[in-house]
Amino acid sequence: MKTLVWVEHEAGALKDATLAVVTAAAKLGEVHLLVAGKDVGGVAEQAAKIAGVGKVHVADDASLEHGLAENVAPLIVELMGHHDAFLAPATSHGKNIAPRVAALLDVMQISDILSVESEDTFTRPTYAGNAIATVKSKDAKKVITVRGTAFEKAATEGGSGTIETVGGAADAGTSTFVGAEIAKLERPELTSAKIIVSGGRALKDGPTFESTIYPLADKLGAAVGASRAAVDAGYVPNDYQVGQTGKIVAPEVYVAVGISGAIQHLAGMKDSKTIIAINKDEDAPIFQVADIGLVGDLFKIVPELTEKL
Amino acid sequence: MKILVPVKRVIDYNVKPRVKADGTGVDLANVKMSMNPFDEIAVEEAIRLREKGAATEIVAISIGVAKAQETLRTALAMGADRAILIQTDDEVEPLGVAKLLAKVVEEEQPGLIILGKQAIDDDSNQTGQMLAALLGRPQGTFASKVGVEGDSVSVTREVDGGLETVKLSLPAIVTTDLRLNEPRYASLPNIMKAKSKPLAQKTPADYGVDITPRLETLKVVEPPKRSAGIKVADVDELVAKLKAMGVAA
Repeated sequence: MKTLVWVEHEAGALKDATLAVVTAAAKLGEVHLLVAGKDVGGVAEQAAKIAGVGKVHVADDASLEHGLAENVAPLIVELMGHHDAFLAPATSHGKNIAPRVAALLDVMQISDILSVESEDTFTRPTYAGNAIATVKSKDAKKVITVRGTAFEKAATEGGSGTIETVGGAADAGTSTFVGAEIAKLERPELTSAKIIVSGGRALKDGPTFESTIYPLADKLGAAVGASRAAVDAGYVPNDYQVGQTGKIVAPEVYVAVGISGAIQHLAGMKDSKTIIAINKDEDAPIFQVADIGLVGDLFKIVPELTEKL
Repeated sequence: MKILVPVKRVIDYNVKPRVKADGTGVDLANVKMSMNPFDEIAVEEAIRLREKGAATEIVAISIGVAKAQETLRTALAMGADRAILIQTDDEVEPLGVAKLLAKVVEEEQPGLIILGKQAIDDDSNQTGQMLAALLGRPQGTFASKVGVEGDSVSVTREVDGGLETVKLSLPAIVTTDLRLNEPRYASLPNIMKAKSKPLAQKTPADYGVDITPRLETLKVVEPPKRSAGIKVADVDELVAKLKAMGVAA
């Protein structure tokens, strides 16, 4: 089987999410990559070094600069003429593009896979991670999005892929990129962090969230996350949200501070290796999944913990 | 401009799903069902666009069992003008749903189609994108802000690093993210009024679309259970645990 992997990149650098997809794709067969964008020569070179990669298709065109699905999907569909499977990370970019590709190929997409059981059989979470389904695809070509935390990351060195230029797709002319507002992160990125400290509604407001959670996160070298309640209440921007509707994370250590543990939040973090919960309500559902729990007032506990670390 | 809003009847988001012992699926017998939360946001956005004068008519559509009528009545009570139910007892995958919706779009010619970004049962996050592909129209997925400006729509999207704004020429497909709006509750008088609003009944056969599933579910199991944890008495004990784990020096 020949697979085609969508390479996610930003500001000339390969994004980590792609590496897990390469691992998943390698379980299916020969791995080819697609680097699409504007001035992406550098990214293509990085991509060719990923261990296990064969061909790297490069499409360099202004119409591909912002990864608009309308322009990117036809290009992928064309390349799928000689590939058997298309894989993309289950990130906001991947989720935007892959189903458009699937429909154009007239196949059903398999979303957010957790494992590759065989060439046509995969496991995936449903019902906010409360049920794991094993599904078998009857389609000739497969379109798949991959949950990054479920696969090891392929090594970024050791590969010797061959770079091949493919025609930049023409602009579909139906959509234009207007602008982006990307949150500045001084801490590790949420989806690839080893340690995450997350805060919930109990943090009261933005400044309190900041003064309570950030020092602890910095002490641990951790990324900062939040529950939907904290995001909706405006304490932090929405890209901090961990959950079914936010980001899915699986760090070594997840510290949940003032988070009750609603189903939708657990869906985003219950595969973390160790979960630590700090909550004043000893009946909070978070304690049912926490490996280590501490019942008490977070406004006393967190500063004390930060101090003692 | 007409807005088409597809809505799905799903398990209520507060219910903890139970996997059937025989591994065939999730037990939905006697479980509270509701409108998919992202679809409520879609209905609300359509109504707000009409209130701003950007839309003239809102058509809600659902594909599924006869009881999906209740979901459509909810949409009508919120403010949709009329509804269409494509009734089937078979499970329809996102690709099948998108194909049926594409036929409805041909008939109804809406200027905008607003869907939820994903259904909380299958968690696929595909239907909107697939519909856009089948229609050859632009898509604004994971929208947290929508503004109609003449013959285009500006959509601010929630992406991994923050927000991104795109401009799409109409007709376009938009899928809603959680922060787009706060859906309204239907008032009792509106619930009563909704009962007399038109609801057309159709079947997949009326549209001549093949909706045979492409994916076969071999089994459904519960996720691995986490082993019971411990509670520590104070911060010192927690610090000791963190040190033992090598997380803290």
